[in-house]
Amino acid sequence: MSAVSLDLLWTAGIFVVMLLFIGFYCILATRNLIRILIGLEVLAKAITLGVVAVGYATRNTALAQSLAITIIIVEVFVVAIAAGIVINIYRHHDSLSTDNIEKLKG
Amino acid sequence: MTWSIDIVLMMILAVAALWAVMATRLIHAALGLAFASVVLAVVMFRLGSPYAAVIELSVCAGLITAIFISVISLAKHESVAEIEARMKRRWKKYAPLPVAAAILGIVLATLARHPRSMPQPLAEADVRRVFWHFRQVDLLGQIILVLVGAFGIVVLFKSWRKK
Repeated sequence: MSAVSLDLLWTAGIFVVMLLFIGFYCILATRNLIRILIGLEVLAKAITLGVVAVGYATRNTALAQSLAITIIIVEVFVVAIAAGIVINIYRHHDSLSTDNIEKLKG
Repeated sequence: MTWSIDIVLMMILAVAALWAVMATRLIHAALGLAFASVVLAVVMFRLGSPYAAVIELSVCAGLITAIFISVISLAKHESVAEIEARMKRRWKKYAPLPVAAAILGIVLATLARHPRSMPQPLAEADVRRVFWHFRQVDLLGQIILVLVGAFGIVVLFKSWRKK
């Protein structure tokens, strides 16, 4: 493996950690259901970037691409179902804030 | 030197993600996320993953943005006063985020050491061969997910229409 690939992998790793931090911060700080989904999307982008960078560094881009495609499909599934649930919650509570969803509280 | 472009692109990706998280209006956040997807697709293309890049571009930057905009348009529109009140609260909550993300990146870049050795790379294979012949369980899972997703959306929207 060349030094260039290792350097690039290392740099991509730093950005993956930064994106994970941004995504987790968004999920933890916000009360808005759509913003929680956006945070989840940022997390998925971090993972996709990591998989592709590792595939490039190890010269195994074929496997990395097939895994990245799988991640993207799962991402779309999660967003589509979550969007349907968010719309239903909005219709029931007339709000997108998690503070107003209290029916499941024990 | 060749990968300095990739570093710039990844910086733009991080800034776009920050914009998506910090934008006051939801529609701006969705557009920021779409821009992040476009930049990620360019990075993926440059890192030798063109097939995945095309799917990222069409699905994440296209379909998911369309889903987000549909959901946002179904929610109620806020008045200017409501947006201004929310902006003050949001800046207080999200002001530390860019600073903390930048500090995290700088600390990681300076403190950590580069890996000296990695596992030997596998033989380069064609992505179509890997995808259709060696990852068949993944493929089956993806087909099931797409069908379940379509069924789930039909059920969710059907129950809403009845009400």
